[in-house]
Order: sequence, then C-alpha cells, then structure tokens
Amino acid sequence: MTRWLPRAYLVLVYLALYIPIGVLVVFSFNDGRTGYRWGGFTWRWYESLFSNDAMMQALWNSLWLAVSAATLSTLIGALTALALHRYRFRGKKALRGMLFVVMMSPEIVLAISLLSLFLLVGVQLGYFSLLLAHVTFCLPFVVITVMARLSGFDESLPEAARDLGASDFTMTRTVLLPVIMPALLAGWLLGFTLSLDDVVVSTFVSGPGYEILPLRIYSMVRVGLKPEVNALGTLLLVFSLLMLVLSQWILMRSKQ
Amino acid sequence: MLRGLRQPFRTSVLVLVWTWLLALVLAPNLLVIGASFLTRDPGTFLSLPVTLENYRSLLDPLYLEVFLHSLYMASVTTLVCLVIGYPFAWALSRVAKERQLLLIFLLIVPFWTNSLVRTYALKLLMATNGLINTGLMEMGLIDEPLRMLYTEGAVIVGLVYLLLPFMILPLYSVFDDLRRELLMASHDLGAGRFSTFIHVVVPLTLPGVLAGVMLVLLPAMGLFFVPDILGGSRNLLVGNVIKNQFLDARDWPFGAAAAIMLTLAMALLLFTHRLSQRRLGEEVEV
Repeated sequence: MTRWLPRAYLVLVYLALYIPIGVLVVFSFNDGRTGYRWGGFTWRWYESLFSNDAMMQALWNSLWLAVSAATLSTLIGALTALALHRYRFRGKKALRGMLFVVMMSPEIVLAISLLSLFLLVGVQLGYFSLLLAHVTFCLPFVVITVMARLSGFDESLPEAARDLGASDFTMTRTVLLPVIMPALLAGWLLGFTLSLDDVVVSTFVSGPGYEILPLRIYSMVRVGLKPEVNALGTLLLVFSLLMLVLSQWILMRSKQ
Repeated sequence: MLRGLRQPFRTSVLVLVWTWLLALVLAPNLLVIGASFLTRDPGTFLSLPVTLENYRSLLDPLYLEVFLHSLYMASVTTLVCLVIGYPFAWALSRVAKERQLLLIFLLIVPFWTNSLVRTYALKLLMATNGLINTGLMEMGLIDEPLRMLYTEGAVIVGLVYLLLPFMILPLYSVFDDLRRELLMASHDLGAGRFSTFIHVVVPLTLPGVLAGVMLVLLPAMGLFFVPDILGGSRNLLVGNVIKNQFLDARDWPFGAAAAIMLTLAMALLLFTHRLSQRRLGEEVEV
C-alpha cells in the first residue's frame, strides 16, 4: 500500500492539472453545433481564426512585442547579472532589492505603478508603454538565469584575460559571453513566453492603438464560450510548450 | 569620476542598469505610495491636499465586505492548495531522481502557458452546457444542469487550478532537503509515526509551507480575470477593485491605497518567512 498510494495520488493531481487543457485541445477540433457534444473532426475554427484580420493583427502585434521585449530584457538582464557578479559598487544590495521587489510584488501592483508613471510622465499608451512594462517584469527572470550560469564559472579565466591586457569590454565579449550564451538563449525564450502570456500588466498599460492577443482573448472569453478561442488557446499552448522545451533543452545541453 | 572615464564599459553598464531600475521600479512604486495619500481629481487624476481619506475608505463597509470576501476566498484557495500540495510534494520527493526531473517539468509547464486560456478551459468544463453537465445528464445522473459557473466555488477552483504549482514547488524543495537520517533517528528514539510527523517533519517543512502560502495567498487576491471569467459580479477579488478604481472609476488614490495594503500584506508574509527560516537555521545548527 505504501508504494502505490503516493503514486496514484501523483497521477490523480497531474490528471486534474492536464484534463482541462486536454479538453480545450480536443474541442478545438469539434464540429458539433449544440452545446459541447462531439460532432466530428474539423479544422473550421482554425480556418475562421486565420481569416480574421483583426485577430491576425493582434497576433502579429503580440509576437513583435514579445520578440522586442525578450531581446531588450535579455540585453539589460545580462548586463545586470554581469554587474552584480563582477563589480563592487555602492547600492548593490539596493539593486538586488529592486529586482526582488519586481519578482515578489503582486503583478497588479506592478501594473498600476507603471500605469501611474506612464500617465504622469506622458508616455502614450501603446507599443512603447507595453514594451517598457514587459521588459521590466521579464528582467529578474533573465538576471537569475544568467547569475546561475555565472556562479559556477572559473574566476581565473577573466583574470588571465585582464593580465594579458584585454580591456573590460574585450574580456566580457571574448571570455564571459560564450559562457553565458546558453543562459541568454534560455532567458530570451522565457522572456518571450512571459510577454506573450501576460494579461494582468498588459490590461493596464496597453492603449487602443495597439491591440495584443491576450487582451483580445480576454474580451472574447468574458462573454461566453467561443470555439475560436479553443483553437487559439491550443495554438498558444503548443507554442509556449515548444519555447519551454527548447529553453530547457539548451540549458541541459550546456551543462553536459 | 576619473575612475568612470578609465572604465567606460563598467560605467555604462552600471548607468544603464541603475537608470532602468530607478525609472521603472523605484519611481513608479514611490508614485503609488504618494498617490495613496493624495486626493482624487477628475482632470489630472491626482491633486492636493494630502489626506488619509483613501485608507479610511478602505474601511467603508461596502469595500470592507469585498476585501473580507476576497481574503476569505484567497484563504480557502491557499488552504486547498496546501492540503493537496503537501502530500503531493512529499510523494514527489520520494520518486526516483531520474523521474523527478520530468515530473517537475510537467508541473511548471502550466506556469509558462497562458493562464487566461487555462481559466477558459475550466469554463468549458463547468458551463451550463459544458462537458461535466452534458456528461452527467447523458449518464442520467442529473435531470437539470448543475449551476457551477458564477459561484464562489468556481472562483476558488479557478484560483487553485492556477496557483497549485506555486504551493507545490517550495514544498517539494523542503521535502527534498529533508534528511532520511532525521526520520530514522526519531524512530530509533522511540517516536511513533504521528509523533515524528508532528515533531520532526512539520517543523522542518514549515519554511516551505510559509513560502507556498506567500506565493498563493496574495496572487489569489489579485488575479482579477478569474472572477471575470468564472465568478460573475458577486465574487470579486481585491484585484477587481483595484482594476475598477484605476481603469473605470478613475479614482487613483483609492486604487493606490488598496494596492499598498496588498503590498504590506506581502511584506508581512516575507518577514514571517525570513524569521522562520532564521530560527530554524539556528535550531538545526545547534
């Protein structure tokens, strides 16, 4: 009994976590008209999704936002991690503290604080405000990923480079960059996924001129059940899953 | 200054990092704190005089009821997550190491997938013409569809579904660190299973429990889209109040005050967590 009971329990909880997702995927191919009975296989909902211009525009907006937010946060995050790892400077604790605040404070608090800032400073709500906000909440994740990679690194190599006359920048480019490359890729992919899936912060800092996918889904699902949402949800799930697998694969391979 | 000129790379890195964090983390947070003490203004959002009125309105019976109800739903959510997650984390820590990695991966997959879509998936199951009702009616177990959506229960189910991994991961990490020798020692000293659990396992896993509570309780008050999709207008969270105040009613000072209460609650939980870890650290070392 002591052997199978814990396992059965694990299986049960995993089923509970995955059944709703499975149902969503299965019903995205359902041709039934009445209620939620199975009515045969169809690609109909995917077709109607791809022929919906507003939806496609929102998709492109989201993808572009995710790519730019991931790139910028990887750049700034990597530099932050390098600074924390290599430099001694005043206020290091405060810097760590701020990153910790971003990670721990409830998303909605981050959202309203950024909205207040944007409106008071006069940043127009749209692509730019979304970009600033997304980079900010992705940043700690990139920093942690890169720091983890740097912490196991042999310190004598950068020192040797410096002794041989390399400048700080040259040393970072030729010695540290190759080392943290896998972490940068993983961080980029995670940032991309975080940005693509964000609802809470985007709800506050987006403007009417730049519609993104999660917000479009949000307005659709509030009213009722829509088969197109099943199809869209399935696509997003598959996409996020690919990104996640890819990022983990990169990290695992780099460890070996 | 001279040093800055001599090390241009170091200086530019530090300037960039500091600028970003000061402008987009520190400044906005200070702004919210400031806003919570100001007066509402329809034109410029904020105006003088400085006041405590916003914090007083938090105690207004109308809002107090929403806050308490939100706290109640968040607490039930946390409790359910703990009851499900504690044995789960224990069972997970006893699986063979090679398999644990895959199982943990399966646990974090949902974290990286769209939470809105997952909440919507629950709606598919719980709707009046949804899968559960259709299934039960077809089996002849019920005559009329059960009303599951737009209830308190639906909101709690939604929150548990989204937040369970956040409870399990810290619990798993403390169970993973729990040394078998301690349990055996307790057994050798004559303690029964129950006694070992209460006096050894519970105190040693307490930091994990607190971390889990922290990661579930507060988000459970902020995830406004869950009541929007599953709960109807009666089962609101603090997150819904903050969102309404900022985006619809345009009462920033009040919204800011509500957000600060949420942050203070977070700080309190963090503090408790630190304290428990420190005390535990001392006990184990002694």
